[in-house]
Amino acid sequence: MKPLALGLLASLFISAAHAEPTATGDLGLVIERATGTVVLVDQSDRAALARIEGLGDLSHASLVYSPDERFAYVFGRDGGLTKVDIVTRTIANRVVQAGNAIGGAISDDGKLVAVSNYEPGGVRIFDADTLEMVADIPTDSKTIGLVDAPGRRFVFTMWDTGETWIADMSGAEPRITRIENMGDRPYDALITANGRTYITGLFGEDGLTALDLWSDTPEPIRVLPGYGRGQEEMPVYKMPHLEGWALTGSEFVLPAVGHHEVLWVDAATLTETGRTQTHGQPVFAMARPDGRQVWVNFAHPLNDTIQVIDTVTKEIIHEFKPGPAVLHMEFTPRGHEVWLSVRDAGKIMIYDTQTFEKLGEIDADSPSGIFFTARAHRTGL
Amino acid sequence: MHKFAALMVVAGVAHAGGVTDPDALARLVHQDCGSCHGLTLKGGLGPDLRPESLDHYSVDVLRDVILDGVPGTPMPPWRPLITTEEAEWIARYLLKPETP
Ligand code: HEC
Repeated sequence: MKPLALGLLASLFISAAHAEPTATGDLGLVIERATGTVVLVDQSDRAALARIEGLGDLSHASLVYSPDERFAYVFGRDGGLTKVDIVTRTIANRVVQAGNAIGGAISDDGKLVAVSNYEPGGVRIFDADTLEMVADIPTDSKTIGLVDAPGRRFVFTMWDTGETWIADMSGAEPRITRIENMGDRPYDALITANGRTYITGLFGEDGLTALDLWSDTPEPIRVLPGYGRGQEEMPVYKMPHLEGWALTGSEFVLPAVGHHEVLWVDAATLTETGRTQTHGQPVFAMARPDGRQVWVNFAHPLNDTIQVIDTVTKEIIHEFKPGPAVLHMEFTPRGHEVWLSVRDAGKIMIYDTQTFEKLGEIDADSPSGIFFTARAHRTGL
Repeated sequence: MHKFAALMVVAGVAHAGGVTDPDALARLVHQDCGSCHGLTLKGGLGPDLRPESLDHYSVDVLRDVILDGVPGTPMPPWRPLITTEEAEWIARYLLKPETP
């Protein structure tokens, strides 16, 4: 008996020693929008590790990570919610929860995953473990700007009715707070990393609207009303994104709509502190994690270009053309590198953010969003 | 590859008189119109653009919507970026994706 047990123990030990443990802290996933696949990438090695297939229609897809950085919840355009296990590199679970989804969020405790939908409009909330639906919140509107907020809350906004709702999930039933008059056709929103300020961008009027979520009864606060007054409105060939807040020290940087500029806003007073003219309609204006630079990409047909703005002088310090259709950018958590997805080149391109030198590239099929696992630990991402 | 491209050009010109690259136009429809209407045109911020949803429109009406947009909505005017012939090709393509 004894020798057998010992033998078993020894063989267990050996197999454990051979199984390579997977550390996920420097991994990431890249959405391949046309093929319904994601590529698992390694930040440190600047390499692709695996491709995971079968995620459905991934145009405009995004994802969030579980707190342990093992699972990604991928929100597909076709309403698919797919739980990807990046340790085993497989799909752990998948449900098609609605006809037409637009984004998602994970609760602060990592237990709930929420998806916002265009069709039928509203938010559905799922158990992060099983993907069983735990709450269905119809809104009768296309629902955008869904983020998590501290206190097991989700915040989201209605395109059609201009309301923001706060769903408090800390009790047995969702408790909804409705805030009216956020403005004409909010198209996206962001929450600051401290979970205090929620800002929606508006399509139907020049301006943005903020909410102070630390307030017991948050009221809409107009930000930069009429920022484009007197300027010619230009056609918008792609709606800008506010996801991925760009807070640079004490200011926000936000893309204007219908104007080729980014807007600087004081984070404490929510008043304008400046503008920087840009090459085209900005899509993403993203701050390097230290806040010293903001990188901007643009809408079609100027989407081959990136501009880098110094946040101290608010001037453009670098401009280059990585290639056709730069759709997304993701910084390494400490900002030393930026990864760009260049859709029509079929590449992820990697740059040093100090020297702007190109460090490498990775093949990917029509890549769009790039998501590093470090997002797991940030509110609103 | 070159031969194929040349054939496509001829076919395009014969059909719509001035469309130089149907491949590029089809790509524009799915990628760039798709950013609002969905990659498969099933709808998103903008409505469903599949043939079933558009069949009550004529080619001319669709062409003009594409060129001029829908003022007061996010549907932008494409006139600054594409020609009338290209807009007409896209209108046909939306109505009949197999044989635009
Ligand atoms: C920035 C977002 C956006 C982009 C890009 C865009 N559209 Fe639209 N489009 C819309 C919206 C929103 C509507 C609905 C307008 C309304 O409320 O009437 C629309 C309406 C339309 C309609 C009318 C549909 C109907 O049922 O009445 C057509 C046709 C159309 N778009 C074609 C296109 C084509 C072709 C392209 C690309 C060349 C394109 N759109 C690009 C947002 C967009």
